[in-house]
Amino acid sequence: MSKDIQADLVRHIARLSRIALDESRADELARQFADILGYFDKLQELDTSDVQPLVHPMELSNVFGADDPHASLTPEEALANAPQRDGDFYRVPKVIGDSL
Amino acid sequence: MSLEDLSAMELAGAVAAGKVGAVEAARHYLDVIQRRDGQVHAFNQVHPERALERAAAVDADRAAGRGLGPLAGVPVGVKDNIVTDFGLTTCSSRMLAPFHSPYRATVVDRLEQAGAVIVGKTNLDEFAMGSSTENSAFGPTRNPWDLQRVPGGSSGGSAAAVAAYEVPAALGSDTGGSIRQPAAFCGVVGFKPTYGRVSRFGLVAYGSSLDQIGPLARDVADAALLTRIIAGHDPRDSTSLDVPVEDYLADLEKPLEGLRIGLPREFYTQALDAEIAQTLRQAARTYESRGARLVEVRLPHSRIDVDAQGQLSSYAVACYYIVAMAEASSNLARYDGVHYGHRTPQEPQDIIDLYCRSRAEGFGPEVQRRVMLGTYTLSAGYYDAYYNKALKVRRLIKNDFDRAFEQADVLLCPVAPTTAFRLGEKTADPLTMYLEDIYTISVNLAGLPGLSLPAGLSKTSLPIGMQLIGPVCSEHRLLRAGRMYELASGVRRLRPEMAKKGGRP
Amino acid sequence: MIQTGDLVTALVGLEIHVELDTATKMFCRCLNRFGDPPNTHTCPVCIGMPGVLPVMNRRAVELAMKVGLALDCEAPAFTKWDRKGYYYPDLPKNYQISQYDLPLSIHGHLDVPLGDGQTKRVRILRAHLEEDAGKNIHEHPAHTAVDLNRAGVPLLEIVSQPDMNSVEEVAAYARAMQRLVRWLGASQANMQMGHMRFEPNINLHIRRGQQLFKTPIVEVKNLNSFRALETAVAFEIERQYEQWLEDNDYILEKLGKQNRGFDDQRGVTVFQREKEEAHDYRYFPDPDLAPVVVDDTWRDSVRASIGELPLARRRRYMQAYNLSFKEADALTQDAPTGNLLDEAVKLGADAKRCTNILLGKVAAVANERGCSIAEVGVTAAQLAELAKMVELGEITAGASTRIVARAIEVGGDPRVLAEQEGLLAVTDSTALERWVDQAITANPQAVAEVLSGGKKQKKAFGFLMGQVMKLSGGAAAPAQVQELFARKLGPLAR
Repeated sequence: MSKDIQADLVRHIARLSRIALDESRADELARQFADILGYFDKLQELDTSDVQPLVHPMELSNVFGADDPHASLTPEEALANAPQRDGDFYRVPKVIGDSL
Repeated sequence: MSLEDLSAMELAGAVAAGKVGAVEAARHYLDVIQRRDGQVHAFNQVHPERALERAAAVDADRAAGRGLGPLAGVPVGVKDNIVTDFGLTTCSSRMLAPFHSPYRATVVDRLEQAGAVIVGKTNLDEFAMGSSTENSAFGPTRNPWDLQRVPGGSSGGSAAAVAAYEVPAALGSDTGGSIRQPAAFCGVVGFKPTYGRVSRFGLVAYGSSLDQIGPLARDVADAALLTRIIAGHDPRDSTSLDVPVEDYLADLEKPLEGLRIGLPREFYTQALDAEIAQTLRQAARTYESRGARLVEVRLPHSRIDVDAQGQLSSYAVACYYIVAMAEASSNLARYDGVHYGHRTPQEPQDIIDLYCRSRAEGFGPEVQRRVMLGTYTLSAGYYDAYYNKALKVRRLIKNDFDRAFEQADVLLCPVAPTTAFRLGEKTADPLTMYLEDIYTISVNLAGLPGLSLPAGLSKTSLPIGMQLIGPVCSEHRLLRAGRMYELASGVRRLRPEMAKKGGRP
Repeated sequence: MIQTGDLVTALVGLEIHVELDTATKMFCRCLNRFGDPPNTHTCPVCIGMPGVLPVMNRRAVELAMKVGLALDCEAPAFTKWDRKGYYYPDLPKNYQISQYDLPLSIHGHLDVPLGDGQTKRVRILRAHLEEDAGKNIHEHPAHTAVDLNRAGVPLLEIVSQPDMNSVEEVAAYARAMQRLVRWLGASQANMQMGHMRFEPNINLHIRRGQQLFKTPIVEVKNLNSFRALETAVAFEIERQYEQWLEDNDYILEKLGKQNRGFDDQRGVTVFQREKEEAHDYRYFPDPDLAPVVVDDTWRDSVRASIGELPLARRRRYMQAYNLSFKEADALTQDAPTGNLLDEAVKLGADAKRCTNILLGKVAAVANERGCSIAEVGVTAAQLAELAKMVELGEITAGASTRIVARAIEVGGDPRVLAEQEGLLAVTDSTALERWVDQAITANPQAVAEVLSGGKKQKKAFGFLMGQVMKLSGGAAAPAQVQELFARKLGPLAR
């Protein structure tokens, strides 16, 4: 039931997940992934061609909030847990631009 | 009866009647925790000053003739993945070891409004990922019935705290069995309500479409009381049900007439330990003797096979883990060392380095595994084969239950394939641990309520639990069915040696 | 320079991000406000703290629907939220709540007025809602500072088909969209406040003889002004052609889609190194949010709230009110200004006279204040009253300007103000006759020119009228003065 998962794929997945991979564990991780993903493949045995995916057990809709303001945190409260600050900003290594 | 023998409901009554002081109760339990928790390690943190302050406030209210809440003066534990604005909320992870939340969970509000005295935060598998509490970054919790065994997980701390009589009641969370299985391993009652019945606002998310908060307690009445207090619509949780909460205590002692008990054929196979199977069949007969009718039902997609290698095989487990890991990979993306939580002390080369190091240092191996696998199943090219496929199987599983509930009112099922296993016994291979969940995960996939209660003790004096499953929003009937069993069987308020009077502290 | 024999067509599509004008953010109730000190409008939800959950802002959904319907889009009955995953410090959850396969609006169009009086129809592929990210501040050389005030602000992303073929068309489309979203009250669309951001995607179709070549589609990220948009598109069209001339492999089939950034200083687009998983956003349905089901009742009520759109109203003003194109256009930059005019007309005032007042002093004040004509605060009642007074000759046009200024300053009934300021036209025939006689006596030359009936008559008459105005301090009722002159000097050949 195992798949063939190479260490390279594990490195790629670790990168996508933003988790530094301990190289000494790469092969072990590859084996574990192979086992688990092989297990997941079992679902292919089921015919689901006529079935709609179920995201939520309760199929709710139209749950809204009104456009009324609440009190925000003060910068002090917001940044109290920030590992690194620059005054009232969060501080990170240099990046380019904004994401949007 | 001495103070420690009082259940949560009895203690609340005693405090309200002035027979016991809240401070007295708080002092008693804080003392037990101090004496006993060194061995059990149910608690990550204890807040004695705050607890005594809250207890004093209850006593003052009582003295002044002001109304008391339904849980006034009752010490409770809260699983450390439920956010409190006092102390830390660590999720038993190095990633959140320094985290002081500026806000509190809705359930914490409701507990305190009811007058409960929160004494501390209980241990769990890191980020609720696990079935034994061995994945905690702060060391495992031990089963009060046998300290060499696991209490189950991920709400092992809450279950053990209640079992060890360190608190009358505690809150846990259940994504794939994390309240029900530790309840079974520890011989206490554990209840997972219908998905959406209890607000998730303030529950650190693991599997968002699966998670629910629920009580761990000494008996069904306590579970009913706690559920009634924490349940209800919350406008801050868009997945919370806007349906009135019934009075779960009403008619609790009255047996249910004409109860149809469904036994899913797929759950009673060789995968189940023989002694557990026997205990459950005995339980079924107990119900029958009280007028219930037994009926066989089918849950085809929750079927459990044993393959040629002797490994358990289940569509539902595959389905569950794909969904849970995918959601987890997204829910845990926020832990990146930027806005809160652990940040790598090494100066990073760039932002990606910051993320990669902080997360590798902050997350334990099981969390890393699940985040990576979840990322993989959602990634380009694999979405249809894994995630979307799992969502379709999810609907098939839910449809099975809907059909079963046409013939039965509640289903009587196992909780776990075995009783509590030893520490370290299942940690070598992740998949082995995942298969602990075979009887509980379908319930989360279908969003149904599930009650785990003690059915008896094994020959080796380990608790055996049974599970009652009901349709959506059938909490009241489920709890009544559970109470019916307690009354008929006399199995109730089991107590391990270490928690007995005169037992080793 | 295009080589002879090459027929080059630019195909440009535009993605416009519009920040909606709601009081609070998309998924939490922090204020949606620009320009305040950093991290003053955040809460556990928009910071993405452990355990928080999003709650949809209903008004944002309705404003988005309104824009979609005004663009003639279909509003599907079922629309849902998806998580778009990527890691960046301005995106606190490291995923953005957005919409992937079932957006709020699909398949519409915008008819864009071009400078030469033509109209270009640009098709809209889709419009969807999402949450904005925070801002990264790059002032410090060694690190980046992050402000999350903007994180979670509702963002409407409007995606057009690549129907535009020139910089002019792109700019016109962008401006027309700005006008529309302002018109609907969906967004202030103030460029300085970052309410609108552009991402054009550009490629060329080059026909050379029998062959058709297509350059790769380049998306230019994050342009924050019309100028940047125009410069980037113009530059990119030229650059792609040049590169294709140099490099045979610079074609769509080989390179597909590419991203480029824009260097505002140098006015050029720049190559951005492709990040490996740049396009693997791992979209999946957000399990924390319920989908939106739009029924006919809701859709119809939103549609009804749209009212008359700018181009239709401009046409109506030209036809029904006889306004010039310029006047009609100036009055249809925002809905409330035209509403003001229409209301005054309903109260019986003449449209042209109201227009003169609005586009005169009121527009001047609006300009000073940087607000719209309607926002200056003149009411329909005041406007109508003023217009009628001018019509009836109770005040002169000049006086009306002063009264409007006073009304803007202190408010009140224009008639009362006119009395207070002594601006009511003098209609007392004795006084008027006296002034007329004085003017006639003092200006024999002009009188002669009027009586002669020649070319100079009109001008001379105007001069005499002016003299009376001077003598009366601007208070003489013009119509009566004209009559008096006519009686004394004889009817004029007009």
